[in-house]
Amino acid sequence: MSTTTTAKAAGNLGNWADERVGASKGVKFLARKIFPDHWSFMLGEVALYSFIILLLTGVFLTFFYIPSVGHTVYTGSYEQLAGQTVSEAYASSLSLSFDVRGGLLMRQIHHWSALIFVASIVTHMFRVFFTGAFRKPREINWVIGSVLALLAIVEGFAGYSLPDDLLSGTGLRIASSIILAIPVVGSYISFFLFGGQFPGEEFIPRLYTIHVLLLPGIFLALITAHLILLIVQKHTQYPGPGRTNENVVGYPLFPVYMAKAGGFFFIVFGITALMGALFTINPIWAYGAYHPSPVTAGSQPDWYMGWLDGAVRLTPGFLEFQVLGFTVSGNILLPALIIPGLVTMPMILYPWIEQWATGDKREHHLLDRPRNVPTRTGLGVMAITFYLLLLVSGGNDIIATHLRLSINDITNSLRLLVFVVPPLAYVVTKRICLGLQRKDREKVLHGRETGVIYRTEEGEFFEVHEPLDEHDRWLLVQHDSFRPLDPAPTEDERGVKRPGARFDKVKAKLSSFYFEDRIEPVTPAELEAAHHEHHGGHEAVEGSDEAERPALAGH
Amino acid sequence: MSIDQSHGHPGSDVATTSEGGLPERFENPGLEPHRHRMADVDPKAAKRAERQVAALFGLSTLGTILFVVAYYAVSIEGDSWAEIARQLRISTTLLGIGLALATFGVGAGAVHWAKTLMPDEERIELRHPMRGTDEDRDAALDILREGSAEAGIGRRPLIRNSLLGALVPLTVGPAIVLLRDTGPLPGNDLSTTFWKQGLALVHDPITDPEGLGRKIKPEDLTIGSVVHVLPEGIQAEEVEHPLDEIAKAAVLLIRLNPDDLDEVSRAGAYEGIVAYSKICTHMGCPVALYEQQTHHLLCPCHQSTFDLKQNCKVIFGPAKRPLPQLAITVDDAGYLVAKSPFTEAAGPSFWERG
Repeated sequence: MSTTTTAKAAGNLGNWADERVGASKGVKFLARKIFPDHWSFMLGEVALYSFIILLLTGVFLTFFYIPSVGHTVYTGSYEQLAGQTVSEAYASSLSLSFDVRGGLLMRQIHHWSALIFVASIVTHMFRVFFTGAFRKPREINWVIGSVLALLAIVEGFAGYSLPDDLLSGTGLRIASSIILAIPVVGSYISFFLFGGQFPGEEFIPRLYTIHVLLLPGIFLALITAHLILLIVQKHTQYPGPGRTNENVVGYPLFPVYMAKAGGFFFIVFGITALMGALFTINPIWAYGAYHPSPVTAGSQPDWYMGWLDGAVRLTPGFLEFQVLGFTVSGNILLPALIIPGLVTMPMILYPWIEQWATGDKREHHLLDRPRNVPTRTGLGVMAITFYLLLLVSGGNDIIATHLRLSINDITNSLRLLVFVVPPLAYVVTKRICLGLQRKDREKVLHGRETGVIYRTEEGEFFEVHEPLDEHDRWLLVQHDSFRPLDPAPTEDERGVKRPGARFDKVKAKLSSFYFEDRIEPVTPAELEAAHHEHHGGHEAVEGSDEAERPALAGH
Repeated sequence: MSIDQSHGHPGSDVATTSEGGLPERFENPGLEPHRHRMADVDPKAAKRAERQVAALFGLSTLGTILFVVAYYAVSIEGDSWAEIARQLRISTTLLGIGLALATFGVGAGAVHWAKTLMPDEERIELRHPMRGTDEDRDAALDILREGSAEAGIGRRPLIRNSLLGALVPLTVGPAIVLLRDTGPLPGNDLSTTFWKQGLALVHDPITDPEGLGRKIKPEDLTIGSVVHVLPEGIQAEEVEHPLDEIAKAAVLLIRLNPDDLDEVSRAGAYEGIVAYSKICTHMGCPVALYEQQTHHLLCPCHQSTFDLKQNCKVIFGPAKRPLPQLAITVDDAGYLVAKSPFTEAAGPSFWERG
């Protein structure tokens, strides 16, 4: 086809679409929308793309999987199980792996991409958290994202429970025990969910409906809302020369991001396919079919459930008690229901918690550098440390067997460490952030080290410092530095107690927790003074409320 | 640490001091000068990039061909599992590499195209505050007021209240009622097991396939040996939900030196042979690891440790209650049987357990 006929065909198609759905307006609104560029913006994309890969491979798996625990005699390729009575769910999972060409590949891609899905959501949340992208006006998207993260964990658990193998069945046994532990209604909820006693015959088919219909439907709806808000509010951007709170600097959706983001989908797919081809995951044939009598030593859930399992392992048994003839299983309720609640509620509410501390009601489209918000960064690292310690606790048996240590010693140490290390991580992180801010000030005031050493005629040595150009300097001086809020007076001018005064006091406390220790960015006046000092030999002008900094030799 | 009030407003970021006519804050210097890429200035480099993109797309085509060829060329059938496994490995690897090349080629080509040949001059788009203008907000308020007045929802409380009276039960009622038949009520099911007085202990055919579900005589057991045990008849055809029953009734049978047992467990033992529920009192996993030297039972799920010498008391881990003991004796033919059913609920805790 020649160029003119191609153009004509395209024109006809465009006309057709425009006259029916007004496509020209959509193209005008969307095609040239500007998106900023940064590698960390790809984390959310990875989550979106692995969701699409999950849908594609998942549909393939449903063609062969039978969601039933009805008994069948296994007759497939896997000799070791020949003639055994197993559930149809297990038999069909084996047969779609071994008797369907490409089946094992699809199952492994599905499982790998489920792990990548949750991992990319979590790292995307880290990015959003540490750069303050959740601030006004993006609080709603933070909440949607948090809900997506939690549902992804549930969806993953539901998915790996479907093959009805020994490992996942043990996981379901644990899930049923958590439900049983709920006071008053636990047994009833468990009997309704499982259609009677554990394991029953109803749960696998019900879980299947939840896994392939209910949750994916909710995912689609929430992801759509997440992306619409992203377009309406425009993407945040990192600070830098030319980037302001009132603009977006980047490249247009069409053609640059169509090619980059569209291409990136295929790259993610390619890497996941390679993992599915080369790395075995969840070898259900090796575990065997689920049966309530046997168990494998070293049972581990998928990584995103590991921290809850770890919390369960650490909780001592004395938390179970009897009251008025009823049993309260605190040893299960605390790690499996209360701790997840205590962790997720502050996470979801975080944008508002920080707003109380800053008293800041402005829109924010420029991201923070994590070092410039030391308290937030410290809290984030504290949470991650807590999570990692629980994850390690979930593998205490593996650590014990691999390192030949006593499981009791490991567990007891971890019981202590989960209380000690996270606060320590908070303090250390905050100090590192403050140190990095001081380094930034240093660089602005005295320039960057060139490595060139001079010796004066008197024999004095000094290093030549090269002043920053205004573009490099801007990144180091552009940020806001908040100061603690003043507590508002608790009484009005007539001495009457003001309503809401107590909450204001809490907010002021929170504010001083956040901003008591802080380093302010260099001002032009300070830079000017530093220049004078270099020439006049005066002491450095200290602009921050923080500790003193040694003045370095200048240029 | 004192709050330096001279330096700024609380809660604000704007410094108020200004010295020597200098601005209070640095000013944004604007975009850095654009640096051209090789392909922008050198037509040869551009041509090279074009060829690279085409090569990546070509790689994708080859990947697809590999995928289709591997699908038909590699059979996953065979006479033995070893052969099938080998074929499967080849098939999965080739299909996967084909698919990976096919997708990765398209992706890498598109990204390379965008990065080398599409314009890389940064563009600026202005943001607009999310908040509508005052006129927009007033207009919206007017519309809402007018619409509410037209509907008369404020003037006719009867309609509003009866609508609420219809919607709230509608959204709550049927959903709850309909879920009732998802399962039976617990009743006594969690507190009882298949064990009855006189029921024989048999080898668990799953964990002990050699045992063939046989009954057990005391002399079959040497000191320190352990047998996984089920009640006789639990897998008979007339049992409606054998797995549900096994999940509660599985038992471990262990022979110890009678002197190692304490008073309480000796009462339910037979010549040093004791039977304990295998279902962990914490979360229901089978407590399947037996340490012969220490006489400890360890649950592999959360490492609760039970001491056989102390009537299976919890000595470590998250479980609270000891494993319930099944009192045993021998019948007239000399086989081990249950002396009585479990005297308490076996398995994980629940509210009504007491």
